[in-house]
Amino acid sequence: MTDLVDLRLVFVTGKGGVGKTTVASALALFASQRGKRVLVCEVDAKGDVAGFFESSPTGFKEKEILPGLFAMTMDTEASLREYLKLQLRIPVVGRIGPLAKAFDFVATAAPGVREILTVGKLCYEVREQNYDLVVVDAPASGHIVGQLAAPQAINDLVKVGLIRSQTDWMLEILSDPTRTGLVAVCTPEEMPVNETIELAIRVREETTVRLATVVVNRVLPELFGRQEESVFDALDAPPAVAALDGLLGGDPTPLLEAARLAVTMRRTRSTHLERLRAGIDPEVPLLYLPYLFTRSHGLRTTRQVASSLGEELGY
Amino acid sequence: MARSRPTAPVPGQGSLDSLLAAKEIVVACGPGGVGKTTTAAAAGVMAALRHGGKVLVLTVDPARRLADALGLDGIGNTERRVPTEAFRAAGLKPRGQLWAAMLDTKQSWDALIRRHAPDERTREEILANPLYQNISGRFIQSHDYIAMERLYEIHSEGAYDLIVVDTPPTRNALDFLDAPQRLADFFSSRLLRWLIVPYRSKLVNLATKPFYQIADRILGTQFLADISEFFILFQSMYDGFVERAEAVGRLLEDRRTTFMVVSTLEGVPLREAEFFAHELTARRLHLGAIVLNKVLPTYLQDAESAAVAERMKERADEAASALVPVLAAADPALGDEAQIRRVLTEVADSFLNFRVVALRESEERSHLADTPEVLATVPFFDTDIYDLAGLVRLGEQLWE
Repeated sequence: MTDLVDLRLVFVTGKGGVGKTTVASALALFASQRGKRVLVCEVDAKGDVAGFFESSPTGFKEKEILPGLFAMTMDTEASLREYLKLQLRIPVVGRIGPLAKAFDFVATAAPGVREILTVGKLCYEVREQNYDLVVVDAPASGHIVGQLAAPQAINDLVKVGLIRSQTDWMLEILSDPTRTGLVAVCTPEEMPVNETIELAIRVREETTVRLATVVVNRVLPELFGRQEESVFDALDAPPAVAALDGLLGGDPTPLLEAARLAVTMRRTRSTHLERLRAGIDPEVPLLYLPYLFTRSHGLRTTRQVASSLGEELGY
Repeated sequence: MARSRPTAPVPGQGSLDSLLAAKEIVVACGPGGVGKTTTAAAAGVMAALRHGGKVLVLTVDPARRLADALGLDGIGNTERRVPTEAFRAAGLKPRGQLWAAMLDTKQSWDALIRRHAPDERTREEILANPLYQNISGRFIQSHDYIAMERLYEIHSEGAYDLIVVDTPPTRNALDFLDAPQRLADFFSSRLLRWLIVPYRSKLVNLATKPFYQIADRILGTQFLADISEFFILFQSMYDGFVERAEAVGRLLEDRRTTFMVVSTLEGVPLREAEFFAHELTARRLHLGAIVLNKVLPTYLQDAESAAVAERMKERADEAASALVPVLAAADPALGDEAQIRRVLTEVADSFLNFRVVALRESEERSHLADTPEVLATVPFFDTDIYDLAGLVRLGEQLWE
């Protein structure tokens, strides 16, 4: 199986709030640190990627935010304009007013148009070999299947016309497991795990894209081994608490309580992890990223996640 | 049932108890992954327990075990009453009735078509149209509208005293608010008429010709014809749809409706929740409550405990050797000094680690703008919530 960083096009998805953008940014950063020319593309246009790199806001026109690392924000209308210019040689630069309206209409009327313009632009960058790797901060798992299945859906709906001829080469790139892969990000919690398992099934059944990896984010550290846990229980009993209070000049109870919370949280989470492993095709590797106890999220944390990701990938 | 609101609520000081007693619709919204569905369910359960009357929880995508707890397993669009036995088993005695329903987008769209179609032939043609099937089934934007439409329908039937609705996960948390207006605009669009006219009269005028040339080249004539057919069929339902969309919009603005924004104190979701709260206010919608979920315990912020943790790390050797006899007294196997030292260090480190996060959260919270009447904080539960008792446990935190 092709290594994650040796793919050409990686879609990163996951349930809202699991750290999809963090992982996409970290993967892009890690690949660029390995000497690749990387484009990271934000599809949801919330501007989070810029936050993770502490760069100025990104736009449709890509810009280099770190050496070898380029960022852009998807804009389907701009993508249409580019497409018309490149493929149909229809000059529409400038007078976009009426076109924008027409576009808005067609996009609403013909489902999949927005999706195809997004996927089309990304596949185009791959086909033209403008980058070694394109990392997509893709829509949340509820939406990604619609997006990845759009070329096929359009193929089914549209029998002739230019769009039809365009979807063929896109499908070829998307279906090639040595070039394209999907990364599902999840946290070791009930709903994200459920959604990831469902996503894996839908991706297999409804799209031609391969699920390359599942990244489990925010894995809590294991505090104690089995024997240590008995020691901990004994420490949490009145005689030891009193002794500690005397030794340290302060009540240790909140510390012990916090540790107990951490242990229970980890235990609850590990049952979800077991469910995840059992529910995902054994061939799909699971990568684990630690919970970060940091003050804020910015370039510093993106670097931390990138290095954890690198370790997990075996570099 | 009490319909009066407490006088001059102080921001952040009101309770969900009085807010829910005064409203007919509560829309739970906010970023994904913050526990919105569970919070909405807990609010509904509490209202049924404490206020009485008929309470409906209209949910979108509940966790399997939550769905089981609400008796939603295996059923679709229809509302079901959560059996009294389920409450009794959890040691609860509700004053009112709790009902629950799950939103099925495809079924709801089909029901809408059935209601608005002028005749049987149109209805069948639409239901069979491939474009319609795509819109209603595959493409997610249609969730936004249908959730609000279903809320309107249930509310107008008047069977419930309170409806708590969970909003679908959208690309943008605001999409569902705009959905009724967008639908209305869409059907009144001039482009729609342009598109339909030539296929009726075969008359393409000078103004629309370039549009067709482009559209034809991109989409192909057959597909364009399919689109037209679909919209010609839809046109027959135009008035009904627009009227309905507008009514849905009005219901959201109504004083009987309130919005409950759910978030965690993590940076990205909180920014999104704040933006959402701000937009609600700007649109003159009623922002009733902000619920901060999964908040770490406050004792983690305590400076004195942090000092104890620092000392525990520094003096781990000394403390471990002093503790050997204490622990060995309980069980000789526990008197391993190196092991005790490691456990003490882990306990201290873990506390200090979580403290960093707790302090960050507290800082985020203090900067929260647009504070509504109710600002509720729900602590981090160390286990998942998957039954009525769990929902009540969460609900009690919400309530006061």
